Amino acid sequence: MEIKPKSACETCPQFNADGLKKLGVNTTNFDFVVALAGNPNTGKSTVFNALTGLRQHTGNWPGKTVTRAEGGFEYNSQKFKLVDLPGTYSLLSTSEDEEVARNFILFGRPSVTVIVADASRLERNLNLVLQILEITDYAVLCLNLMDEAKRNNIEIDTRTLARDLGIPVVPTSARFNEGIPDLISAISELANGNIQCKPHRIKNIPKNIESAVEKLSKEIKNEYPDIPNSRWIAFRLLEGDSHIIDLLRKGEFV
Amino acid sequence: MKNNNIENIISLSNDLRWQIGDEFHDNLAEGIYADAAEIVKGSVHKINTKHNLRFDAKIDRIVTSKMWGFPIMFFILAVVLWLTIIGANYPSAMLASFLLDTVHPFLKGLAASVGFPWWLDGFLIDGIYLAVAWVVAVMLPPMAIFFPLFTLLEDFGYLPRVAFNLDYLFKISGAHGKQALTMSMGFGCNAAGVVATRIIDSPRERLIAIITNNFSLCNGRWPTQILIATIFIGAVVPSAFSGIASLGAVIGIAVLGMGFMFLTSWALSKTVLKGEVSTFNLELPPYRPPRFWKTIYTSLIDRTLIVLWRAVVFAAPAGAIIWLISNIHVGNTSIAALTIDFFNPFGFLLGLNGVILLAYVVAIPANEIVIPTILMLTVLFTGVSGGSGAGVMFELDSVSATGDILRAGGWTLLTAVNLMLFSLLHNPCSTTIYTIYKETKSLKWTVVASILPVIMGFVVTFLVAQVWRLFSA
Repeated sequence: MEIKPKSACETCPQFNADGLKKLGVNTTNFDFVVALAGNPNTGKSTVFNALTGLRQHTGNWPGKTVTRAEGGFEYNSQKFKLVDLPGTYSLLSTSEDEEVARNFILFGRPSVTVIVADASRLERNLNLVLQILEITDYAVLCLNLMDEAKRNNIEIDTRTLARDLGIPVVPTSARFNEGIPDLISAISELANGNIQCKPHRIKNIPKNIESAVEKLSKEIKNEYPDIPNSRWIAFRLLEGDSHIIDLLRKGEFV
Repeated sequence: MKNNNIENIISLSNDLRWQIGDEFHDNLAEGIYADAAEIVKGSVHKINTKHNLRFDAKIDRIVTSKMWGFPIMFFILAVVLWLTIIGANYPSAMLASFLLDTVHPFLKGLAASVGFPWWLDGFLIDGIYLAVAWVVAVMLPPMAIFFPLFTLLEDFGYLPRVAFNLDYLFKISGAHGKQALTMSMGFGCNAAGVVATRIIDSPRERLIAIITNNFSLCNGRWPTQILIATIFIGAVVPSAFSGIASLGAVIGIAVLGMGFMFLTSWALSKTVLKGEVSTFNLELPPYRPPRFWKTIYTSLIDRTLIVLWRAVVFAAPAGAIIWLISNIHVGNTSIAALTIDFFNPFGFLLGLNGVILLAYVVAIPANEIVIPTILMLTVLFTGVSGGSGAGVMFELDSVSATGDILRAGGWTLLTAVNLMLFSLLHNPCSTTIYTIYKETKSLKWTVVASILPVIMGFVVTFLVAQVWRLFSA
């Protein structure tokens, strides 16, 4: 029997329809936890639905998702649990509806954090992106609403953006299911450690603050060598965040 | 040992905080924005973006303007309701004639040929089946039109503009502007509206939003309003204007509900829930052309069928209960008749009647079944021909037939008006009550939110009835 050589496409996981299984709400025995974060009204729930096959209610207004929604998908026989977080503009504020997102990214320790951003309003969205990159080394930017950006005549050089941010950048139009396969493979590659991120760290801060942060984060690292976000904790301590101080005392970061 | 290290870190952070001064937060925020600007400069290119931005801004300037904001809002509401009322008529009649004229006799025949005892046949087919069939025939068509239209508006991005328009009114009521969004959600389902209040940070303003959400007419009550308005309000004007008149009445009730929402919010914020109004930023999202068919599909599957299913689930046991209370006798009178007699004097005071009050007791689980219950009980109690036995619903093929039954039951224009008012002002359904408890975790506020609207309903219908009788006498 003659064996045909497989084309590059056939060996690619994206080519196989079997590679992806939408698992709906069935999220038992998962291998990885993936968090979906982002500004309000950037289409997180739409991305969530596209990945899980669920029909979480979506709508064109900020603040639609108020609870944490969970779903799952299977890709190359690995199970991913996906958590759709309420939208948030910043992790620096202390408002209650943003707390769910903040706590989950900090303490839920997701394997991968997918940051969904509005491509047509990238600059404003980067505020949150840069904050999340201080917290986690495993992030992918889902540059959603590319259709809208195109309509507004905005072009984005995703490779330069990926280089500047130090994480994979995947352009998508989740409403039309465009770019979702690429997003899935980026998530999978990150989760399996095939891609290493070198996340951007906030640079434009005065020298004295930078050195204070450095000093503090070194101490924190001494205490907790495995912690990925010592700089962020240093930021919060310098801010005098009593919540973080409490958690530190309770040993929540270990 | 470990604890010591942590205390050291904390005290180090306290020292450092003094050294770097109190502009840390601003410095950090500025740093992030500066980084963001740099990154964007390197990878984002805008090609003549003016045109599209101007288009969105142009729409916003009109739909949120002082002059046009409110008229446009009412116009859109009117169009949606108009399409719902007019469009639902034909499919409703078709469904009713199929489910009640064709399927019901068929089932009866089947039961007879199998040899069901009379009570089993009555309980299952005349009780449960008819209640379910009625709910499907009356509710499915309006919902299948109303929900997709509402979802299209939502996807287009109109809701935040409504919030923007209403912000001022909420502010003078001492409530949070985002309550406009939870109010809009309430127009779909109050339980969903109550959950949505989580977007409001201040516990005080959130409680106000929760307690007053019931004043948004929910989908369980829209069909009641539409049906009663069509039968009674539409009938008092020349037939050419009956559509407009019933539409106006329904919108009037919805707007009245909003009025009660502002009034109650204001009263609460001046008495038990005193406090400052908090400020907030509301982002007006860009207008997005909805994905028409996808929206229609998902709103049909997710909203319409789920709500319909809930109605059916509650209608089936209600049908059974109605059949039972109509067929179980104490002495010579059925339990239903006894209860209705008991409620009647009080009902009269409110310009309603015992049947309506009993229906509202039976319908606590779901507002959807109020009208079917009223009809079944009216037929039973007034002995209008059409059904075959106690607790059996008649074969109903049109809206005018419904009207005939109700008029035979002693209904007047006052009964209709007060039913519409009472449908707006009464306790939330049990799902909503449970949701309120889950969200507030307070028995006290759950009781307040449940009882307050009923009391208001009693007062308002009582006053309307007295004034009405004074002038019509």
